[in-house]
Amino acid sequence: MPYVEETYDVIVIGAGHAGCEAALATARLDLSTIIFTVSIDSIAMMPCNPNIGGTSKGHLVREVDALGGQMGINIDKTFIQSKMLNKSKGPAVHSLRAQADKAAYSMRMRETLQSTANLTIRQAEVAELLTEPLDAKDHSRAKKRIVGVRTFSGAFYHAKAVILCSGVYLNARCLYGDTINETGPNGLQAATHLSESLQKNGIELYRFKTGTPARIDRRSIDFSKLEEQNGDEKICPFSFSTDPSEIQIDQVSCYLTYTNEETHRIIRENLDRSPMYSGVIEGTGPRYCPSIEDKVVHFPDKERHQIFVEPEGLHTNEMYLSGMSSSMPEDVQYQMYRTLPGFEHAVIVRNAYAIEYDCINPNQLKPTLEFKEIKGFFSAGQSNGSSGYEEAAAQGILAGINAAMLIKQEEPLVIDRSEGYLGVLVDDLVTKETTEPYRMMTSRAEYRLLLRQDNADLRLSKYGYRVGLLSKERYDHVCEKERLIGEEIRRIRTVMVGSSEEVSLCLSSLGSVPLTHGMSLAELIRRPELTYQNVAPLDPDRPVLSEEVQEQVNIAVKYEGYIERQIKQVEEFKRLENKRIPENFDYDAVPSLRIEARQKLKRFTPASIGQASRISGVSPADLTVLLVFMEANHGK
Amino acid sequence: MMERDTIAAIATGLVPSGIGIIRVSGPDAIRIVDGIFTGADLSEASTHTIHYGMISLHGELIDEVLVALMRSPRSYTKEDTVEIDCHGSPLVMQKVLEAVCHAGARLAEPGEFTKRAFFNGRMDLSEAESVIDLIYSKTDYARKSALSILRGSMKEKISELRKRLLHRTAYIEAALDDPEHYDLSGFTEELRRDVLQVEDEIDRILQTSENGRLLAEGIRTVILGKPNVGKSSLLNCLLGEDRAIVTEIAGTTRDTLEEQALLDGILLKIIDTAGIQDTMDPVEKIGVKKAVDSLSDADLILFVVDGSKPLTEEDHQIAGLLGPKTVLGLLNKSDLPAVVSKEMMEEQLSLSGIPILSISSKMGQGLDQLKTTISNVFFQGNISFNDELIVTNVRQKESLRKTKESLSRVLESIEAGMPEDFYSVDLMDAYGELGRIIGEKVEEDLVNEIFAEFCMGK
Repeated sequence: MPYVEETYDVIVIGAGHAGCEAALATARLDLSTIIFTVSIDSIAMMPCNPNIGGTSKGHLVREVDALGGQMGINIDKTFIQSKMLNKSKGPAVHSLRAQADKAAYSMRMRETLQSTANLTIRQAEVAELLTEPLDAKDHSRAKKRIVGVRTFSGAFYHAKAVILCSGVYLNARCLYGDTINETGPNGLQAATHLSESLQKNGIELYRFKTGTPARIDRRSIDFSKLEEQNGDEKICPFSFSTDPSEIQIDQVSCYLTYTNEETHRIIRENLDRSPMYSGVIEGTGPRYCPSIEDKVVHFPDKERHQIFVEPEGLHTNEMYLSGMSSSMPEDVQYQMYRTLPGFEHAVIVRNAYAIEYDCINPNQLKPTLEFKEIKGFFSAGQSNGSSGYEEAAAQGILAGINAAMLIKQEEPLVIDRSEGYLGVLVDDLVTKETTEPYRMMTSRAEYRLLLRQDNADLRLSKYGYRVGLLSKERYDHVCEKERLIGEEIRRIRTVMVGSSEEVSLCLSSLGSVPLTHGMSLAELIRRPELTYQNVAPLDPDRPVLSEEVQEQVNIAVKYEGYIERQIKQVEEFKRLENKRIPENFDYDAVPSLRIEARQKLKRFTPASIGQASRISGVSPADLTVLLVFMEANHGK
Repeated sequence: MMERDTIAAIATGLVPSGIGIIRVSGPDAIRIVDGIFTGADLSEASTHTIHYGMISLHGELIDEVLVALMRSPRSYTKEDTVEIDCHGSPLVMQKVLEAVCHAGARLAEPGEFTKRAFFNGRMDLSEAESVIDLIYSKTDYARKSALSILRGSMKEKISELRKRLLHRTAYIEAALDDPEHYDLSGFTEELRRDVLQVEDEIDRILQTSENGRLLAEGIRTVILGKPNVGKSSLLNCLLGEDRAIVTEIAGTTRDTLEEQALLDGILLKIIDTAGIQDTMDPVEKIGVKKAVDSLSDADLILFVVDGSKPLTEEDHQIAGLLGPKTVLGLLNKSDLPAVVSKEMMEEQLSLSGIPILSISSKMGQGLDQLKTTISNVFFQGNISFNDELIVTNVRQKESLRKTKESLSRVLESIEAGMPEDFYSVDLMDAYGELGRIIGEKVEEDLVNEIFAEFCMGK
């Protein structure tokens, strides 16, 4: 029996990494928001790896932060080890990764949610979407709009916007060997009703799969046989708002070990007992996180696989075995984990398992993460077929912002591929045909020299400020930083360095050959061994600048040629991106458009010629035809 | 919607008059042509004027031309437009088009001039549909031409080079993505060697690109036969077909002469052995000594026998010299009563599988069939030999040139001590450019390669 009727501006379904960012965004934008979770204790839970960031994911965390999100701040308060990856490579691929104290991370985020005005937390399973036909006068493509949800217990909640952040909980089941639990991760209740309601509303679902390794009792591990992995000496925070001096903590260690031929033998001999290989699992798994079974089968020539051993927190004995997720039966898990050096007497705390779940086909979304067909209904995170906490958080904040923009009737926020990894992530999800859980990678970002983790604030703060999530104080700080960078770059282009003995001495002390003729400081620091920072002795009139400004000056000048080339490419990209296609454009009216192109365009309804160009099966000639037609009907 | 770049294409097919027009349109059209044209200062010239002069590139003279200049908006596209009237041989047209591209123009996409004319308001709305049809039909045609021009071996070679580049890039990306797992130490030196090798291979493709060379330089043709079978008259006949395009240049084969003849757009470079006199030397005697020397380079041998007299030992000897080359057997003097039939020629001289045609070089009979046969043999008869083929060829060369540019940027980055992630962009540009030649897009190739070849992830 329906009994409660409450009204909010925004409903968020799920309180994982996407849901938390989405709900915080809408609540902070003064919209009354309710967030549903199947368990209050699972808010911002990290059911898999105990870290935040890593290659390209670290970029996403920075971008979330630049938009005014919470993930960066939360990990800065709860990390137990931090490391900047790829430091020997170019600045574009430097990536921050922090080991989290999982329990602390979750608790901190819960506290943040609880102390945010306009935000209500409710433990309940959302079972049904409530929609109604859309007014014919509405100009969008959608035929209906969302008006609320009904929970399994029968309560009705009304709202102007609903954001789906159901993670891996829709019709979830966990498997290892022939053990099957119809639950979400860690035995949490699965959401078993919402999938049906989504399908009734015309939403196409996929079945994906992922997995997690066993957790081992640290007292059972012989650490003397493992290689210790320390954090950075000087810790760099995730959030642009965190003062680095406040987070120089005592760090805990991670460890390395390796599989061996014996491990692989055990796996090969027991493949028929793995539900992945016996055909029990139907979902598609990510190539990025293959189970150890997959690794042994697909890379038979590899003699060993690296296993990264990570602590799960300061108040637990559990150690996470990164690189060894599995769905083998419990007895095989024991056998195989015990072949690892240092793990001869390993005691399992939690078994490894595979998890299958429903997610939506993200091609049904606009770049704002709103469903094309259902006005006011948004989706973010793993329910969109992505994988990873950071990918989820990034989509969460974007969906939250756009739900708010819709309600406030303001301009939606679309971040394009040249502005952020977030743009690449969303564009890939909504434009490319997804066949596996999507993971961010730096190789997916074609303009990555511009999309660095160090300049996320310079790239995106303007948007965070525009929508109202970023304070004026933080935004002013970024503008001032930008001004100082520009000024200093102009200055060092005019500072000339001569070929005096003093200069030669300084240069040779830096391992650089002396100058034969004078050149500007800017030119000089393009030498691989020199940086803006280390040539300071040659630059007596240098103003006092913060480390972050110095870093930006160094990168901008040192890699100028490469950066300029990318800027040119971006200009070309923007030209196509700025050719917008009206939302209810009638592709059937375009004469002689090829059938395949017509079908694809109708299905994807791209927002721009640029987006259309990335749809597989749409050729340059099709685009020209489209342009000709749009031009011919211009102003009609 | 004004376009920012300048495009170029051959505006004419190959017309009998032998005139070819290269059209250049866009904001830089005048500046670009001015850069390769000597004769008048085009930047100062007023609209709708014609100028006589020379087109040359890097000091090499390409052709004497007439240049017609039309300033925006008084042109077909309503943009600044320059039309270069040059000689109509494929060689000349290709060289002029290449020069224009080298100077900064981009090869026009199929139908692009018309598209620009449309967008610049040159045509009214009712014409939009025909523009669309034109774009599709031209694209389709260009695609077919591109596919047929690519002989299997070249396609294979390019695929292999792409594979190497992709694999190297995937390794870099795997290491960037999973730095604690994949190590890049020592990789740069390996990559440098590989890139140098790929560069060499591309040079070789540029040099040996079968159709490209046949187009640019013509089909190297040797007329072979004992004295008095009508070699000279055949040569004259071929040359006489279209005197307008014949030039005489000093041959590469010592004292022989090379003549160029254009047959329906196919350029034959004929090595003239007709003037060789009898000597006492038994080989020289049958007049093939010089011809034998040039056989190894020949693309085509026209083996001529006299159909009005019985075959002799000399005919047999020459037949023995043919080897695995592309040969056409010509039964000459069809205007006289026949003594030798096609079947007899094929059987007695062991010419099985070789096309044999009856001709009369004296009367000019059978030449049409000869042209068709040559076209079929060299271009599989799939396409008519026309401007699209040249464009395809120029496009491939452009892509190969751009590939080399990207690769040299990789080498520059290596020299400059840049970190490995800087190589990827240029490596993938090279990969993409090579893909254009064989009609393949990049899409998810890199990510797929990373996952296929490297064991990634947690």
